Amino acid sequence: MGFYRGHVLVCGGTGCVSSGCREVIAAFQDELRKKKLDQEIKVVETGCHGFCEKGPLVIVYPEGVMYCRVETADVTEIVNEHLLKGRPVARLFFTEPLSLDKIPRYQEINFYKKQKRIALRNCGYIDPENIHEYIARGGYDALAKALGNGGPATVLAEVKASGLRGRGGAGFPTGTKWEFCAAAPGDKKYIICNADEGDPGAFMDRSILEGDPHSVLEGMMLAAYAIGAGEGYLYIRAEYPLAIKRVQTAIAQAEELGLLGENILNTGFGFRLRIKEGAGAFVCGEETALIASIEGERGIPRSRPPFPAIKGLFGKPTVINNVETLANLPQIVLHGGAQFAAVGTEKSKGTKVFALTGKLRNTGLVEVPMGISMREVIFEIGGGTFEGKKFKAVQIGGPSGGCLPESQLDLPVDYDSLTGAGAIMGSGGLVVMDEDSCIVDVARYFLSFTRKESCGKCTPCREGTLRLLEILERITGGMGVPEDLEMLEKLAISIKSTALCGLGQTAPNPVLSTIRYFRKEYLAHINERKCPAGVCQALFYYRVDDHLCVGCGVCAKICPVSAIQGERKQPHHINMSACVKCGACVERCPFHAIIKE
Amino acid sequence: MKRISSFDDLQALRESAQAQLATRQQNEAQVIVGMGTCGIAAGAREVLGELLKELQRRNITNVSVIKTGCIGMCEREVLVDVVRPGEDRVTYGRVTPRDIPRLVGEHLVNGRVVEDLLVGRIAMQV
Amino acid sequence: METVTLKIDGREVQADKTATILEAARLAGLQIPTLCHHPALRPDGSCRICVVEVAGARNMAAACIAPVAPNMTVFTNTQAVREARRTNLELILANHPLTCPTCKRNLNCELQQLAHDFCISDVPYNGRRREMPQDHTSAALIREPEKCIYCGRCVRVCSDLQGVNALGIFNRGFDTEVGPPPGLGLADSVCVQCGQCAVFCPVGAIYEKTAVDEVWRALADPYRHVVVQAAPAVQVSIGEALGLEPGLPLTGKMVAGLRRLGFDKVFSTEFTADLTIMEEGTELLGRLRNGGALPLITSCSPGWIKFAEHFYPELLENLSTCKSPQQMFGVLAKTYYAEKTGLDPANIYVVSLMPCTAKKYEAARPEMNASGFRDVDAVLTTRELARMLHEASLDISRLPDEEFDAPFGIVTGAATIFGASGGVAEAALRTLYELVNGQEMPTLEYAPVRGLDGIRESSVVLGETEVKIAVTSGLATAREVLERVRNGEADYHFIEIMACPGGCIGGGGQPICRTCDNRGARAAGIYQVDAHSAIRKSHENPAVKQLYKEFLGEPYSHKAHQLLHTGYTARHAY
Repeated sequence: MGFYRGHVLVCGGTGCVSSGCREVIAAFQDELRKKKLDQEIKVVETGCHGFCEKGPLVIVYPEGVMYCRVETADVTEIVNEHLLKGRPVARLFFTEPLSLDKIPRYQEINFYKKQKRIALRNCGYIDPENIHEYIARGGYDALAKALGNGGPATVLAEVKASGLRGRGGAGFPTGTKWEFCAAAPGDKKYIICNADEGDPGAFMDRSILEGDPHSVLEGMMLAAYAIGAGEGYLYIRAEYPLAIKRVQTAIAQAEELGLLGENILNTGFGFRLRIKEGAGAFVCGEETALIASIEGERGIPRSRPPFPAIKGLFGKPTVINNVETLANLPQIVLHGGAQFAAVGTEKSKGTKVFALTGKLRNTGLVEVPMGISMREVIFEIGGGTFEGKKFKAVQIGGPSGGCLPESQLDLPVDYDSLTGAGAIMGSGGLVVMDEDSCIVDVARYFLSFTRKESCGKCTPCREGTLRLLEILERITGGMGVPEDLEMLEKLAISIKSTALCGLGQTAPNPVLSTIRYFRKEYLAHINERKCPAGVCQALFYYRVDDHLCVGCGVCAKICPVSAIQGERKQPHHINMSACVKCGACVERCPFHAIIKE
Repeated sequence: MKRISSFDDLQALRESAQAQLATRQQNEAQVIVGMGTCGIAAGAREVLGELLKELQRRNITNVSVIKTGCIGMCEREVLVDVVRPGEDRVTYGRVTPRDIPRLVGEHLVNGRVVEDLLVGRIAMQV
Repeated sequence: METVTLKIDGREVQADKTATILEAARLAGLQIPTLCHHPALRPDGSCRICVVEVAGARNMAAACIAPVAPNMTVFTNTQAVREARRTNLELILANHPLTCPTCKRNLNCELQQLAHDFCISDVPYNGRRREMPQDHTSAALIREPEKCIYCGRCVRVCSDLQGVNALGIFNRGFDTEVGPPPGLGLADSVCVQCGQCAVFCPVGAIYEKTAVDEVWRALADPYRHVVVQAAPAVQVSIGEALGLEPGLPLTGKMVAGLRRLGFDKVFSTEFTADLTIMEEGTELLGRLRNGGALPLITSCSPGWIKFAEHFYPELLENLSTCKSPQQMFGVLAKTYYAEKTGLDPANIYVVSLMPCTAKKYEAARPEMNASGFRDVDAVLTTRELARMLHEASLDISRLPDEEFDAPFGIVTGAATIFGASGGVAEAALRTLYELVNGQEMPTLEYAPVRGLDGIRESSVVLGETEVKIAVTSGLATAREVLERVRNGEADYHFIEIMACPGGCIGGGGQPICRTCDNRGARAAGIYQVDAHSAIRKSHENPAVKQLYKEFLGEPYSHKAHQLLHTGYTARHAY
């Protein structure tokens, strides 16, 4: 292997693949060959860097310059100017949304500055298909340390000391879970990696598997060693083909090096890993449903207790940890639980990865210390809402989470504060909404998701989520009645307390939290038949302002259903019984004469 | 890939892998070689080769070697800039492979500017 | 037994540490309402009607599946619990047709009972309802998926107790379907028509395809000679179906009732059960002597036959070629009986009275026409007979006992015990022992084969041979035996298999009662009838002897083969 003076890292995460990074990589290789730089500069496809909004991202080392939204047409210029002549291409730098400063190095961008990357430490920095790069970054050192002088009890002790809680949703203390499983009698035990990420908008697990698969494998090995398991499964949804491919490669390379298999590092410890592809049901992220799915049964939840730690896969004690949880483990074991516990709050230690989406400037994946305020995440890292739009709410924790208003933004981000406020940490999805979002419609959207994803086993979830959805549709459809609010609350509380699994128990959260913080908006829909955000089609109409209309006829021409009539140079009018409320006339009227009410 | 069967094997593999990744470290110390047509004609490739060897000989991994193009002082090629953390970027001219041990030993390691080769100083920028 | 102490509604309760909250509460005399729960099935915890509050828990627990724990504090009757149960009940009712008076399970419906107990006066949700077509493809069963409440009891009994797996749960959420794979009818599936699903269904989502109307029409037709054959299990179950004491033998009153319903002759299937012993006994001795396929496996249970055809086609040659007693009866009614009485067999209408739904399917099998006609015209289950008696306003408990008609009403106790698991084996032994060893069995009651569940093994020396016997009922248990036979791990000579757990007395056409398991009482009734019988060995049945003399010649004769024996067809497994 030769020494390369320069490395061009191109993000190969799924987000960047869909914005064309593969073509960019090919163009770099081509151009470097042409300029005879291919022996000096290496092109590396990395995992996700998190700032998907600006992809494809290219980072050039040793300078560490980041280029955003690179297209194949930009490649020649980067090679000629930067790689050959050492003059970075400023036009492709990231521009801070508020100051408009062009920032060349990614560490100096606000989006990255406030982050603290533990789980994502290697994502975007290493070639995920090259185990050597993982090892160079200290990979498998934690395993060596555990096997060499720790013993299972030491690993368990470090994880307990770290205070790590499950990153998949409920936040159960990882060390306690392991302890139960380690103490459970069983001739065989299993460790399962839950990579059935299903929350709309959340993609941290996919990014970790794509960008740093070995950290998850090493995490699983540490868990296996601590609980006494010899076999593990990675349950990855089939919609994540790239993640599956990279994990397959990682397993193959680790096996080839002897870091997986029998007698690892000559210590007698053996571990085998298998991948199980999930068919994509949201409920299979629930641990008992996931176990059923691996066993070849229909993926539906089972009653707990018994908990999987006592009676799990094939009836054996089983630990199920989520991807992000596992990715934290090598760092905890390597540097000690205390160091990890120094980050975060009293009851929520370490960092959490969030997927920022919705109506804000910088969307992407960020890892922040626990306890940071929601405001910092949304406004400082996420760049806030768009020009002229007011922040309205943030949905935390996906469809199982809750909607928090402006007044809750100074809440520290930790498991207990979020639960107290009516949301949940969940997998870490953050959907930001501005004044153009109708809160009742948002609740309706999330319920339509959970109702579709309900497995149908228990009554409250199978029947109840549909009834909740029907009431919400009635309200957004302008047919709400005053009793609806009470009925929603009563039904939501009943579903929450009697559903069989986590999916049903949390499905009403969006309804309950929006009623709690935005009751007025519900009442406006029901009592005044008005949608303040102007989203619910049944609750607004369009009208032509006679004084502003000059009768130019543009609106009549654009209307797809010919609902607008009028004489030339005379004020036009809209036939509301024909109008489909598409809004095309509003956009096209040069005189802003069409008014939405 | 060779199977690792001991902790020492793993450590050895790590060290060799780290050398491959050194380029990605954010080194503040840099040596920048002018590699325009003029530079190459004046022997920049040999200078670069000697520089890499010298760094390896001294086992220095926290220095980035960066190439740059013609900056318009073709008659002074080969041009080599040395940047130490927090210090000015110092440009040397008419550098030959024989000068490399001095540039590395005197300036890069010990911070003493090699005056007889000096062309100029500029404030550090990317 | 290791016990734990917990507190339920303020009182200390001791329970086995593996008990559920529901079981512990029942020990304490507290009833918790349930719907998806059935004592014979593994708990599922899906309906959420049995929810209770557990101190310290975030959510309510389903009592039917949640295990007890030491020092647990449970509340079964708080305002929150009642409201939660009521809400879940309302949610089920919102998606269930409220057509109780026209439902087959009217007045015997667990959902109706709960709605009554909770005093539900209004269902507050009037949104979408499922729309799914009924399934009439099966000869024995009708499915009404719109009535299904997704308790999964049918699926559990079909897989866990019967090992058939014809029913499953498909799709998800509100669009969940319970039944054979979507798009297929029951008749297209591996369903063996045992009807256990109908017995375990809490509502009217699956039930027997009724023959009551056809039978009424036949009875009303003056040109028809309508004969009925009553299977042994019915005499000990009809009382229970009418609300009388379970297991009480009502043979004479049942005969009286059947006459009053208008049947021209009231016969008993036990006559052909005795005949079966003669044929099958001869077959067994023949196979033992001539090296035929062993073990010989009984063939009385049509659900079991279909099961074998689907899942064990390689063992079909082990099945006895004897038709079931029902079919032997049908063919003899339209041949021997027609000859004897001078009736035109075309005008003879044979009704069977069975504890079984699969008998409806068996009667409709295309090969069952050895008489030149369809041998059995209509099959009624015990439940349907009860319905006819109700419709005719007949209270059989007030009727005098009457006797079956001759000749097919002359029966032995050996035939009666066909109604309980082990009965065929015991009846066969009573005859074979005596015929081969030349002396009566030391005791006619052969306990080793009696019992409701599991596998029972025994051996008896017949002449030179020690004949090894296995008896089992319930197809999931049968699978265990058959797997061993298939893998050459068993050296049985004779196996009795009945499709339904406990044999015919546990049949799919029997009275439905979730809170009670009356199979034991019904079996006791069967053995009581046997004990009081004048003749208790099939080969001593005078009418059977006469049949051979006048008509068939001897057991296993050519004519017997033509009329009383049959063959089997391998069927697809899935």
